[in-house]
Amino acid sequence: MSGSGPRTEQTLTQAPEFRLAIIAVLVFVLMAVLSPDRFLSAQNMTSMAFQFPEFAILALAMTITMTTGGIDLSVVGVANLSAVIAATILTSLAGPEAAGAVAFLWLAVALGASLAVGAAAGFFNGVLVTRLGLPPILATLGSGLVFTGFAVAMTGGSAVMGFPDIVSVIGNATIWVIPVPLILFAILTLGLHILLTRTGFGLRVMMYGANPLAALYAAIDIDRILMRVYVIAGMFSAVAGMVIMSRANSAKADYGSSYLLLAVLIAVLGGVNPYGGYGRVVGVVLAVLSMQFLSSGLNMLQVSNFARELIWGGLLLLVMVINTTDWARLSARRKPAKTG
Amino acid sequence: MQAPDSTPFVEMTGVTKHYAGVTALDGVDFVVHPGEAICLAGENGSGKSTLIKILSGVEQLSEGEIRIGGAPMTGLTPRDATAAGVLVIFQDFSLFPNLTVAENIAFANELSEGRKIFSRRHARAVARKVLDRIGVDIPLNARLETLPVAHKQLVAICRALACEARLIIMDEPTTALTGKEVTALLDIIRLLKEQGVAVIFVSHKLAEVLAVSERVVVLRNGKKVAEGDAAEFDAASLTHHMTGRDVAEASPGAFTGTGETLLSVEALQKEGSFRDISFSMQTGEVLGITGLLGSGRTSLAKALFGLVGPDSGRIVLDGTEVPLGDPIAAAAARIGYVPEDRLTEGLFLTQSILRNVAVGRLQEHERGGFLDMRGLVGEAADWLTRLKVKAPSITAPVQSLSGGNQQRVALARWMARAPRLLILNGPSVGVDVGSKADIHEIIRDLAQQGLGVIVISDDLPELLATCHRILVMKGGALTDEFAGGTITEDALSQKLAS
Amino acid sequence: MTNRWKELLARNETLVAVVIVLFCIVASISDPNFFTVTTLSDLLRASIVLGILAIGCMLVLISGGIDVSFTAVAVSAMYMTTKLSLTLWPEMPWPLIFACSIGFGALLGAINGVFIAIFGLPTLIVTLGTLSVFRGFLLTFVGSDRISALPPDMREFSRMMIARGTTEGGDFYALPWSLAALAGVILLTAFILHKTMLGRSIFALGGSVESARRLGIDVRRTQFFVYVYVGALAGLAGILHGSMGRMSDPFSLVGLELSVIAAVVLGGARLIGGYGTITGTLLGVALIVLVQNSLIVIGIPSTWQSVTIGALILLGTGLPAYQAKRAAARAG
Repeated sequence: MSGSGPRTEQTLTQAPEFRLAIIAVLVFVLMAVLSPDRFLSAQNMTSMAFQFPEFAILALAMTITMTTGGIDLSVVGVANLSAVIAATILTSLAGPEAAGAVAFLWLAVALGASLAVGAAAGFFNGVLVTRLGLPPILATLGSGLVFTGFAVAMTGGSAVMGFPDIVSVIGNATIWVIPVPLILFAILTLGLHILLTRTGFGLRVMMYGANPLAALYAAIDIDRILMRVYVIAGMFSAVAGMVIMSRANSAKADYGSSYLLLAVLIAVLGGVNPYGGYGRVVGVVLAVLSMQFLSSGLNMLQVSNFARELIWGGLLLLVMVINTTDWARLSARRKPAKTG
Repeated sequence: MQAPDSTPFVEMTGVTKHYAGVTALDGVDFVVHPGEAICLAGENGSGKSTLIKILSGVEQLSEGEIRIGGAPMTGLTPRDATAAGVLVIFQDFSLFPNLTVAENIAFANELSEGRKIFSRRHARAVARKVLDRIGVDIPLNARLETLPVAHKQLVAICRALACEARLIIMDEPTTALTGKEVTALLDIIRLLKEQGVAVIFVSHKLAEVLAVSERVVVLRNGKKVAEGDAAEFDAASLTHHMTGRDVAEASPGAFTGTGETLLSVEALQKEGSFRDISFSMQTGEVLGITGLLGSGRTSLAKALFGLVGPDSGRIVLDGTEVPLGDPIAAAAARIGYVPEDRLTEGLFLTQSILRNVAVGRLQEHERGGFLDMRGLVGEAADWLTRLKVKAPSITAPVQSLSGGNQQRVALARWMARAPRLLILNGPSVGVDVGSKADIHEIIRDLAQQGLGVIVISDDLPELLATCHRILVMKGGALTDEFAGGTITEDALSQKLAS
Repeated sequence: MTNRWKELLARNETLVAVVIVLFCIVASISDPNFFTVTTLSDLLRASIVLGILAIGCMLVLISGGIDVSFTAVAVSAMYMTTKLSLTLWPEMPWPLIFACSIGFGALLGAINGVFIAIFGLPTLIVTLGTLSVFRGFLLTFVGSDRISALPPDMREFSRMMIARGTTEGGDFYALPWSLAALAGVILLTAFILHKTMLGRSIFALGGSVESARRLGIDVRRTQFFVYVYVGALAGLAGILHGSMGRMSDPFSLVGLELSVIAAVVLGGARLIGGYGTITGTLLGVALIVLVQNSLIVIGIPSTWQSVTIGALILLGTGLPAYQAKRAAARAG
């Protein structure tokens, strides 16, 4: 939008998204140079496109809650709970042998159920935050345990599997050459971008994040805004749950446990202000791409999964230090103030 | 009247301070004698807070000299100032809500003594001693957050005394106090003066503290414009020196009436805040509501806009009852509210001017959920022009504007909603002199256009200059009513304090 | 008197204590074996590591921050110490092993301290980052094998008992010396928090950073201390965990952080800082340990553990939050 917040006075090169774009390009080039034939191969490109949507969608869910100055620590719990419920429908009601229209119908039912679970979970978070006045960290920490707990209780902790073949379409199929998960991610990204920048709701979300008290005095219906934010986050998480379920061809209460950190990391890396009031979807997309390039490249360089964790965490800290530190202030503090 | 001890405790000569090209203080001489109380008066931006910051070591002076207790001070830090006995009590008191009274009082003292081990008994003894010194009894083990405001202020005073303060600087000391509490505070100030402690009151409304002060110093635009015996000043002459204008703005006079009742408030009541509030006003009328802090004026203002839910009563606007305790319903009924604290309640500082204005009227610009950006920008720009907001661009963040322009942005947001009733709480708090007159002009304009405007303020000249009628609140009830032009500032301030 | 009762009832500690008592009553009715010395000593042992971690976490909450990296600190300190000892001096005496682990913990805590106190970054984001940095570093560069051949003195320590034996009823019990470590941590932390200016400064910081700064409290140094101290406690908890479990497992402990925070928050510490008691924290730990170990005894299948803990967090923090919201609405 034309009045896009405090950063419009800056030149393009000063925007955090610009820095991020450079990082993404640098990582891409670095990986391409280090491992040209493998990193640049069509096969690698496709496999990257299949890999990142599931956690990238969770990062989008995190983004919308963070722009309000909140956080959603329950995204993975919601994803798994909705996947477990969808999986239960698919295995016990449809069964692995279901095919054709019957299978399609049951898939639609399962998807509907999972979205409904996501919405209900988000609604529950919204109630905790708005009606009880719990800080979002605590509310979603607690509810995340409850959602995961339900998934554990339903499954006894083991994986639910045995789906009709059609289920794999969500996570593994391609339309023309484009992977379905990537299409889902693209739709949600575009949707969230439009929601945040082109609608009154999005503007209200940003304004609330910038100053909750002023939002109250400006007669913004805060409770309704927050409710919708957490419901959207819940539904996005449910979509991520479906992708994870389809790709794993099963659902389990503790899938994707490292994704929570990753989702927060991507959102913060993407320039979303964890105190609220600023966040752009394009930044989050760039952050996702950087992470995926880095992750795939390291994979090809035979770097262990654990080193990846180390690099991700290090990157988060580095970006935070660069983005938020007022270097002038730091150096001024070290020198004693001059007197005139 | 000369201070009892003629050796000055603080001597500031030719103090000048530049901030990035702006001269905040320009060659000010300022002297404080032991046991003396001084009113340091000036409007916002006059340089009074800069002077205090320099004296307490928070800011360094650009030119000039400070002597404390006869010793020249260069590179004064907050710790040096504390050690020399200069202590500031900030408007928010800077206390710890989660600690006990005893700890809050003793903390700074223990810290400056360089203690490593904390002794509850020692802290209590220190606290007890200071409380006794000013003859006040506050339970030492109470958590600070459970105390009323007046007691918190006493705790802050005691903390300064525990550090062996020889000069206590009080920033807006009476804003949060009721009349009775102010009297009690003044008694304590007298006691301190007898004990040789000097006091500086920093305030823009000094009528209340003139009684205990020896001297008045008035700053305007960084220069000292008046200094003299407190006895020579009254509220009117202070205002004159602070604003630099000879005549006060003229009162609009009593309301001649349009005859159309806009708002009637019937028996509005909320336990602990206000009781049995009934009044009505007509379209085109500017109604002032005043009272000391704690009189319930802010609660009432919030209740009219639904931010506070009254226990009983009715609010009727244009013949339709407005649901109580629901700001969204109040806004839908076309009531607008511009809060007192612009920075935390009124504006989204980091967001653009456009967004700050546009957020008021998003519903009207939504087409199937999507925003009509062009319409939004056009309308906001139009309002900004009409209210003469000076800004580099419509997309600049609001925090880059001056106080006066910020207040205009806050007004523009509500104006865009075409309100029937606009409630302005402290419309010119933190606004420079020139903008203040402009804002008053805007208020008069609005009324001419047929809006009802309620101005809630403790700035009496402002009320006198803008309101057709002034209601006085005391202890949660409406106690007096004056038509515009029928009362002087002095008389009104006496009505408030009595 | 009535006021004091009201105050007591409004406290989180009381609420948690009541839930614990109810839990125990129901448990001993449904299983007469529950209320025996054996069960109690088992539960006590299970509380040691969680208790030490919780006390550290409480300190961070009091100072107004949050730490999720302490489990990674604990496991790193434990594993690095084991490796170091096995490589350099397998016969290293246990006091030195402990000192070493505490030292590693403090060092890692200091890294948190640098980002938080010096750079002023938000605590949640920093510790989320260091959580993965510490763990990633450990598993990549130090090792990822479970070590069960521990240095002899480390194993020895876990066998040292303050008291062990069998009651007349035939119930076996054992109280290890690691319990004394928890007691030591409690005493030391209580001393720091209540008897030193440093401790009071931590409370002051949580109450209002701005006021603390104006008063001349060295905010950065105080914050730095908090994260170093928490790191040291995590180092201690880590090595105790390793020695009690007789295995140095680099994959253990991480994942426990949310349970620990849950215990601390249940005990009445507030996220906004400035509030938290050791008693409350220990009660919170007791409740979490009960739920983790004995849920089945009161007739709830253990698969419902996570739901129960989550629900406890929501209830334990939701009720006070709701009351505060109502009170604020009343006050206008």
